[in-house]
Amino acid sequence: MSSTAFDALKPSGMPRPRGNGVPPTAADSAALERTWRDPPGLVGWLSAINHKSIARRFVLTTFGFFLAGGLLALLMRLQLAVPRNTLVGPDLYNQLFSMHGTTMMFLFAVPVMQAVAGYLIPLMIGARSVAFPRMNAYAYWVFLFGGLMLYAAFLLDIGPDAGWFSYVPLAGPDYSPGKRVDFWAQLITFTELSALLEAAIIITTVFKLRAPGMTLARIPLFVWAMLVTAFMVLFSMPSVMLASTALIMDRLVGTHFYNPAQNGDVLLWQHLFWFFGHPEVYLIFLPGLGFISAIVPTFARRPIFGYTAMVLSLIATGFLAFGLWVHHMFATNLPELGKSFFTAVSMLIAIPSAVQIFCWLATLATGRLNLKTPLLFVLAFFFILVMGGLTGVMLASVPLDLQVHDTYFVVAHLHYVLLGGAVFPLVGAIYYWYPKFTGRLMSERLGQWNFWLFFIGFNVAFFPMHLLGLQGMPRRVYTYPAEMGWGTMNFIATLGAAMIAVSVLLFIVNLLRSRRHGEPAGPDPWGGGTLEWATLSPPAAANFDAIPVVHGSNPVWEEATRPPGTPSAVGGLAVDAREQLVTSVLDAQPDHRSQFPEPSIWPFLSAVATTVLFVGSIFTPWAVVWGAVPVAVATTAWFWPRRRETRTHVALEQQP
Amino acid sequence: MNRGSIARTAIDPRHPVRVDAQMLDASALPSYAFGHRSLMWWGTLGLIAIEGTVFALAIVSYFYLRSLAPRWPLNALPPELLWGTLNTVVLLASMLPNHMLKRAAEAGDLRRLRIAFLACLAFSLVFLMVRVFEFRGLNVWWDTDAYGSVVWLLLGLHTLHLITDTYDTGVLAVLMFTGPLEGRRLVDASENAQYWYFVVLSWLPIYFVIYLAPHIPQ
Repeated sequence: MSSTAFDALKPSGMPRPRGNGVPPTAADSAALERTWRDPPGLVGWLSAINHKSIARRFVLTTFGFFLAGGLLALLMRLQLAVPRNTLVGPDLYNQLFSMHGTTMMFLFAVPVMQAVAGYLIPLMIGARSVAFPRMNAYAYWVFLFGGLMLYAAFLLDIGPDAGWFSYVPLAGPDYSPGKRVDFWAQLITFTELSALLEAAIIITTVFKLRAPGMTLARIPLFVWAMLVTAFMVLFSMPSVMLASTALIMDRLVGTHFYNPAQNGDVLLWQHLFWFFGHPEVYLIFLPGLGFISAIVPTFARRPIFGYTAMVLSLIATGFLAFGLWVHHMFATNLPELGKSFFTAVSMLIAIPSAVQIFCWLATLATGRLNLKTPLLFVLAFFFILVMGGLTGVMLASVPLDLQVHDTYFVVAHLHYVLLGGAVFPLVGAIYYWYPKFTGRLMSERLGQWNFWLFFIGFNVAFFPMHLLGLQGMPRRVYTYPAEMGWGTMNFIATLGAAMIAVSVLLFIVNLLRSRRHGEPAGPDPWGGGTLEWATLSPPAAANFDAIPVVHGSNPVWEEATRPPGTPSAVGGLAVDAREQLVTSVLDAQPDHRSQFPEPSIWPFLSAVATTVLFVGSIFTPWAVVWGAVPVAVATTAWFWPRRRETRTHVALEQQP
Repeated sequence: MNRGSIARTAIDPRHPVRVDAQMLDASALPSYAFGHRSLMWWGTLGLIAIEGTVFALAIVSYFYLRSLAPRWPLNALPPELLWGTLNTVVLLASMLPNHMLKRAAEAGDLRRLRIAFLACLAFSLVFLMVRVFEFRGLNVWWDTDAYGSVVWLLLGLHTLHLITDTYDTGVLAVLMFTGPLEGRRLVDASENAQYWYFVVLSWLPIYFVIYLAPHIPQ
């Protein structure tokens, strides 16, 4: 490349910024901190792009929605505690269960995993940032605005009321007039846009930003789990976006995708929804498995047993999860042969899950156990998930599914799977990584109380629902007559829900109290083996003052046995510019240096513009046209290179 | 295990690395790279996977609805072949300047790159105009019946991609004339061309579905 025309447009004249040494000097650290931290002030706060700031906000936001969704559940449990209760009327009850399901699935379970991953993955793979940090900020703001829109609608009594999967024809224009379902459909657009962008970010980060030496076979299992999850997001979420767009078009511009009167079809909705909806269960479950694979080796104090089998199981689960969706539709008029196929795949997917469970058991059985709160939550996972898995195998058989379809048996099953498979490991993960986020440990005593109340409360709340379902109590009823004899068990379930509420309250107290008064943690309080434990707690703005070089699967444990004469860290990366090492996909060989963008308010403003477009289109289809103008302006301003930034990049430039 | 061993060997607790280390020096590495070595390639590939899935599912929905219909198209004549076929030719031809653009970007030849950008934008103008006639030649409205809904969906989705790709290309073209430039903007141009390929090639199955499928007996 010798074109002078090109060079004429390059802002030049700046000397090359200096690179870091190994070990980094105090001046290196100070410069890196200055370079990578977010700007101060309100505008600075809105312009933040450091992956840790964005991930912290993302995690807190999803937890806010978790609490909101939990309060809705508590209201439902209070309503059902006794027969013929009049606390909540049928219309509000419809909104409560629709909001509860929508919140927990779209505003909590999937995004919280991506949010935690956004914090941890760069630390675990030895990177300074996620790939595309501005897009990461944009995805967060879009998610936040979508969730706020849904709750604003709910508070104005226009919350969705057709269930979390909004089946047509109930959710169609004939049976759900008004704007309630439109808000639901646009919430899907918001959250799935955010999740899809996060998936692309996670894939690029894991493939290209790993520390040198971290080959595919040395990637921490949590990172593998999030990578497989991200690929699943890529291929499943477009389905629900397409489905909900078709739904809102049926409702707003008179298309007939789901209208049988004009040769549309209502089952098309179920197919498109569950083609996303079943993989979604695994979008929630796989990160949970990843948490466990991170916690188990640390607390068993030995490397994981069967690493390769674990990775292959994750990938197999990812594939099989796409062959299950019809088992949500056994009660519809589909060919019996087709149903048999989906029964078989539903049974098959138990195999990779079992492989992982056996590997963890082998790790635990041969390790020296350190029975702290994070491990307790993992052990609870084994019990609860196996229960949920057993009822899952039962539901996978068509005749039994028809018998208990739409009853509390299904409610019990899905809560055992989702809370056991994801929420218990997640809470354990919070106890495990809290010191990395804050520099302090959470209280172990409160943690034990938190755990036992949650574990017992969960079983008291949800186990009776199996029996209620077998006795025929349907889902989504706002009350029931005393003669049905469901009163006692419903009352017990409500007591369990109250126990969960107390437990969550203790959890919050523990989180807040430990922030100030927790025991200082130091870089590696648990003796973990992966790279996030090789840096400060909380990490500096640039994560690592020198990017480590990896020589094994548990770099922290193996540092003492590093082969003599091999490098321990990367030097020569600019400390006064946002420079990141890019490595090759398979073997993580150093490939090139990449200049990362500086903070900018435009991702935030782009998200505001996107919100105007999405919310506007609920009220007029023309919003898609005029709303596109501010989106185009904001995203262009986001992309447009600044002279000062470009000058720095040019000073660091080296042609390939 | 060696709990805290790294921290113990550090001279300063802020630098938990060994001090007797040899350094892996990155300062001489290139500062950008083309193709699958670049982050932008992977980001673009992610978008292509997402949007390709949307197209595939829309096509599946088309055939799903078709399989349930008594006749197909339901209450309309099949789309007029002229405009769609013409646009297919225009789109395929646009791969030529697009290929030039990619080559010029990778060679760092700004003069040729600018010409290629302008040529691509000229093609955009043509295929967006022909697209208007395509919508008019569908012989059905989106609110006529399910057939109308799904062909408008397919054509609408692809048109959305034509518009956004034209806009992206326009922004990059302006940048190539005004600057500020740096080497990795060439990677952006190259990846923009990659995305253009996707938009053109994804049209072929959609063309087949919209224009030819109604002529195949059910």
